[in-house]
Amino acid sequence: MTAIVANSRQERWWNSRTAHRFMNHHLALLGMVMIAVLTLACVLGPYLLPYDSLYIDLRARFAPPFTGHHYLGTDPLGRDLAARLFMAGRVSLLVGFSAMLLSTLIGTLVGVLAGYRGGWIGTTLMRTVDGFLSFPSIFLVLALAAALKPSPMMITVVIAATSWMEVARIVEAEVRSLREREFVQAGRMLGLSGTHIMFREILPNAIGPIIVAATLTVARAILMEAYISFLGYGIQPPLPSWGNMLNGAQQYLGTAPWLAIIPGAAITIAVTSFNFIGDGLRDALDVRGDHT
Amino acid sequence: MRGFLLNRLSQSLVLLLIVSVIGFVVLNLIPGGPLAQFGLDPSMTQDDLNRLKEQLGLNRPLWMQYLDWAWRLVQGDWGHSFRDGAPVLDVIGRHLVATLLLMGSSTVIAIAIGTWIGIRGATHRYSVFDYLATVGAMVALSIPTFWFGLVGIYVFSLRLGWLPAGNMYTIGDGSALNYLHHLIMPSIVLALVHVAIWSRYMRTATLDVISQEFVKTARAKGLSERRILMKHVVGNALLPMITLAGMQLPSVLTGALVTETVFTWPGMGRLFLDSLGYSDYPVVMGLLMFSAILVVLCNLIADIVVAIIDPRIRLS
Repeated sequence: MTAIVANSRQERWWNSRTAHRFMNHHLALLGMVMIAVLTLACVLGPYLLPYDSLYIDLRARFAPPFTGHHYLGTDPLGRDLAARLFMAGRVSLLVGFSAMLLSTLIGTLVGVLAGYRGGWIGTTLMRTVDGFLSFPSIFLVLALAAALKPSPMMITVVIAATSWMEVARIVEAEVRSLREREFVQAGRMLGLSGTHIMFREILPNAIGPIIVAATLTVARAILMEAYISFLGYGIQPPLPSWGNMLNGAQQYLGTAPWLAIIPGAAITIAVTSFNFIGDGLRDALDVRGDHT
Repeated sequence: MRGFLLNRLSQSLVLLLIVSVIGFVVLNLIPGGPLAQFGLDPSMTQDDLNRLKEQLGLNRPLWMQYLDWAWRLVQGDWGHSFRDGAPVLDVIGRHLVATLLLMGSSTVIAIAIGTWIGIRGATHRYSVFDYLATVGAMVALSIPTFWFGLVGIYVFSLRLGWLPAGNMYTIGDGSALNYLHHLIMPSIVLALVHVAIWSRYMRTATLDVISQEFVKTARAKGLSERRILMKHVVGNALLPMITLAGMQLPSVLTGALVTETVFTWPGMGRLFLDSLGYSDYPVVMGLLMFSAILVVLCNLIADIVVAIIDPRIRLS
């Protein structure tokens, strides 16, 4: 692990073995391309389409996809589904990404502290991790989301608050195994502060597993947002998200199946892509652990 | 074994303690806190609320309130539903069977198919089957459960008309066959994710066992590959899966909530959502605590079962 960090500082990173291994991972590349296309479509799409995501075209209600002016059809109010899909993608991807950042931050802090300090602090923190993992995540997320004001910001915080435990476990194990190594003892002997040793000396060595876990957390956060928005406790209309676009879709399943199929396909593609990328990164960064 | 049991039991007790603290924090985050019920009643004045607060001891320090709440939890006094005034535990009990039926049948499906895929992937490593199973598992893990359910309803209920689109039975027809007919689609939908997880773990576990010395010995004895696989490999590979089954429970419960919503299945997940819709916080809190306690207990049971089967664990 140290070697990887050291290597990439000396050479140019795109020549490193890690980068090569990643580029040889076809699924990961596919994932990268799909995420790039999706992101680009969500950022630029709304400017290129003739309809606004909130424009109501009453004459074209329930228009099926690939017919007429609405490329992906319209919803029960006659709003353009393509425009809504792209706007929703912005929200869903942003929530997923921000939740990942926040939960990785929390998980890393908890993990480093628990792993480095050990003792009763470490035990208490790691038992808390176990405690959070004992709750079926959606029960906790829904209870919190229903209790707090459901703004996109709050949804992000709630998702992050219930998904930081994996990262904490990974970081804790990594830090604990490095705590007694020579370079850490040398740091202590030099009189470096605990914070410096934890975050500047030990943490860089755990960056590989953290990146992998963070990538998979994006996937899980997008899914969780979709779940709670589908159930009506996530992102609230008129702001669209991939999840809440599916919220009313079940009742029109017989007459307008595209309302359910299109946003669900978008979620599946996004989540699959992040899972592919995470898998590729795991191989490239040589992170141990089970393959799930 | 006794040392192991005591150790494991005390761990579970500590875990239950932490779970209850988390639950108490969530309870106090709900607007109105434990008084949310009365806040909804327009005839309640602020004075009434203050008096109630006094009477119920809600102006005491938080740690005292926690002890009080936890003690009542231990005694089985989980409060009453706002909707029909029934004790929370009774309400949960009424929905438990439906959920257990759904979770049980989908777990059986997941184990059967997942184990098969995992073993085949391990014995035919890097084959086309193995590659497809790996990619398929990653895609399966990425499909939102509710969407898979909706697509299933569209194809099998609305287009083909083979399977019912929801509910647990047709009203007026309580035959076992009817229940089974309604059970097929939700349990397959719920199983999908766990087939993926199960097959991945089973593949790793089988590969672990295959590379061990006693398998070499069995081969050297001249046993057929099939016999080695059935007698020596599968049994040993399945052992860690008991622990996995316990660990997967939270995610099964999460999946059950979503599946029950899509298929209007009258289980705990649907009860949770309905209660949330009615701001029936005692039931919401009850289900939250109930599911976490269930998870802790099942993990404990899984570990004990593994220890009974595998002497290496209880003796270490």
